[in-house]
Amino acid sequence: MKWPYENRAGETRRMECDVLVLGGGLAGCYTAIAAARKGQRVILVEKGATERSGAAGSGFDHWESACTNPCSRVTPEEVAQAFIDDKDGYFNGISHYIECREGYDRLLDMETFGGKIRDTQDDFAGAAFRDEKNKFLFAYDYTNRFTLRVWGSTFKPALARECRRLGVTVLDRTEATALLLDRTGAAPCGAGAAAMNTRTGEFLILRAKATVLCMSRPARVWLFHSDLVGLSEFRPTQCIGSGHAMGYRAGLEFVMMEKSVRGEFSAAGRSFPPYSAGNNHNTWYAATMVDARGVDIPYVDRDGRVLKTVDERYRPAPGQKFFLKGGTIDEAAYEVRGPETMDAAALLAQGYQLPFYADLSRMPEMERKVIWGLMVGEEGKTKIPVLKALTDRGFDPEKHRLQSYGSGWQSASFLEQERQLFGAPGGLMNDWDLKTNIDGIYAAGDQLFTGDCCGHAAATGYYAGRKAALRAASLEALPACDEEEAAAEQARLLAPLFRSEGMDWRELNAALAKAMQIYCGGVKNDAFLREGLDLLRTYREDYVPQLSCANPHELMRTHEVLDLLDVCELILNACLLRRAGNTALCFARSDSAEVDPPGDRRFLTLKKEGDRMVSGSCPLDYYGDLKSQYEAHNADYLEEVAHEQA
Amino acid sequence: MSKPEYEARVIPCSARPLRFDATKCVGCNRCLEVCQVDVMLPNPQKGAPPLVFYPGECYYCGSCVMACPNPGALSLVHPLMNQTKFIPMKDPAQGG
Ligand SMILES: Cc1cc2nc3c(=O)[nH]c(=O)nc-3n(C[C@H](O)[C@H](O)[C@H](O)COP(=O)(O)OP(=O)(O)OC[C@H]3O[C@@H](n4cnc5c(N)ncnc54)[C@H](O)[C@@H]3O)c2cc1C
Ligand code: SF4
Ligand code: SF4
Repeated sequence: MKWPYENRAGETRRMECDVLVLGGGLAGCYTAIAAARKGQRVILVEKGATERSGAAGSGFDHWESACTNPCSRVTPEEVAQAFIDDKDGYFNGISHYIECREGYDRLLDMETFGGKIRDTQDDFAGAAFRDEKNKFLFAYDYTNRFTLRVWGSTFKPALARECRRLGVTVLDRTEATALLLDRTGAAPCGAGAAAMNTRTGEFLILRAKATVLCMSRPARVWLFHSDLVGLSEFRPTQCIGSGHAMGYRAGLEFVMMEKSVRGEFSAAGRSFPPYSAGNNHNTWYAATMVDARGVDIPYVDRDGRVLKTVDERYRPAPGQKFFLKGGTIDEAAYEVRGPETMDAAALLAQGYQLPFYADLSRMPEMERKVIWGLMVGEEGKTKIPVLKALTDRGFDPEKHRLQSYGSGWQSASFLEQERQLFGAPGGLMNDWDLKTNIDGIYAAGDQLFTGDCCGHAAATGYYAGRKAALRAASLEALPACDEEEAAAEQARLLAPLFRSEGMDWRELNAALAKAMQIYCGGVKNDAFLREGLDLLRTYREDYVPQLSCANPHELMRTHEVLDLLDVCELILNACLLRRAGNTALCFARSDSAEVDPPGDRRFLTLKKEGDRMVSGSCPLDYYGDLKSQYEAHNADYLEEVAHEQA
Repeated sequence: MSKPEYEARVIPCSARPLRFDATKCVGCNRCLEVCQVDVMLPNPQKGAPPLVFYPGECYYCGSCVMACPNPGALSLVHPLMNQTKFIPMKDPAQGG
């Protein structure tokens, strides 16, 4: 068939702005809104369509760490520190403190944009998890009330509308492909980005005073299914780490890229679609689970005390102030460990029989309704593919039990070498302005190291937008744009269109994933990591020049795999840097007997300068005291908020 | 720079995620425009359902169905291997 869109290959469009935002997910939209509110001219570049793009595009069900909401009984300091401790210090204290401090402000913003954050219809009036005055619904810890259940499917359309209302120039169906740098000064600084329209092939040179990276994190690195590509990973097909790749090429500094975890989700392989199987985690917390005989599986608190009521599953243990649950929490540290079903091995030893099932029929009506209907319904990828699909197949939570396929919410058992960047993985290094190591370039959301969850994306997005706006306002002229660099990028991007009968992008993605499973699997060693780098070099030299495609859509996918090649190189190099095993980073070595030596308790950083890898290190608490540092860097915001409240 | 020719070609896969009911679909392309993955292309025949060119890239988010103004015009179906099993409460031995 004839390509239905215009052919603009070889054409170039030039645009200028103050603040350029790359990626229009939650973080990118909030960035754009913050900068636009500061009177800056903003361009937002989104590869898909902003209305429903990103990990939270079709929805999400809970908003974590809203510590400043009026019902909360915990402080931002307590919760941020608990998360840091839970990750043994390998955590972004800055960005998560921002989340704890400002996340609730962003939720209130969302309400003014038209998103639903309160039970306005009183569907859950009288429920134990509801605050009757504010009509907020809480999840997990009903005593301390800092995680809210929200109607996340209403959020992205509201954000997209607000961006347009504020005059943000939204470029949908446009992939950012490279950062542009001004190298005329003593040190390089951000000058904007190159991009391509994914329907027409038009090339764009976007010049800006400040650039914010909001393109999430890499995927399809170890897990790739060439038939069901879109089910390879948990995150959207679009999000494969292009932001990391362009940052790596431009010399941005990364941290914790040696961390990866055994796979948890791949609905193209070993797991079922997220939230569609019986389980009691995250969205399904704290569902009643039963064994094959229909016998209740006991919940226990952190001390192994068996809980007698459903309500107790949502309460801290005697003597415990609060507990943590949510996206990055797997097995929480004792201090903040919440109620959990008894360990699977202990259950089997006591005669409980597999398979296990989720059985909502025995839960109080409000708890059943909030899991099946609100949580499963608002959670990403559940309204249609789970709630509607299962209902259409006849599933009724009062009459049926839903099978569980594993012992946890993964509902799957992956092999050690089938890995993912999941559960607070590495990413861009940042300072208290969410600035990278290059002036004029900022980052937010899941593109930051250990970025995870919606409250974090929204809060860091807005924060980075503020800081980028300040930078833009301080510059009189646009940084210089290197025309030769831009022309070279355009030639790189279009090359596969000029070849026929070459290699399809899927073949290279599959080869990369296999290489990573072999050379960078569950246990690392130098010989394999180096072999892996050598293999990537041959892919780059011998096979990249063979890639071919027939239209801009296929070209976008081809660019993704080129980016993956850089991401794989970054990960292998980061693994080479860490010399001993590290439990918190899920990092094991066969060529070192050492695990967690005290001297290794540091962040190792990595950046590319020309063809050279430059490594560095810094203490885990490089950000200093959270509260005082935050306040020192945000006097303006604190004044604004105080002014609004007055 | 010379201009390469573009060609639209279906990249098939083993699943059929999107099912259109041509009697209900009015070809408004809302589903196509909202899809972040750009799985569909507009039908050259006006008023007819969009064409699914990249079914394997579908992320199964359901945004297209959520956007469709005509209930039943479009449905999303996970591959068979991804349909979780459920059983009735009374007789746990029976499959659901
Ligand atoms: C199914 C699911 C359920 C979840 N549920 C919850 C939940 O209930 N609560 C919670 O707190 N968290 C949840 N999360 C996590 C949460 O959604 C993410 O952490 C959050 O949305 C990240 O926001 P972000 O803006 O950083 O990234 P995203 O929202 O993923 O946005 C990244 C954007 O960048 C765009 N992009 C990528 N590459 C380029 C490029 N080269 N050029 C231009 N644009 C590009 C993408 O198209 C995308 O729109 C869930 C995630 C998933 C997948
Ligand atoms: S389910 Fe999502 S990814 Fe698939 S076609 Fe619909 S909108 Fe696109
Ligand atoms: S949105 Fe619905 S009616 Fe419109 S083209 Fe898609 S399926 Fe047809």
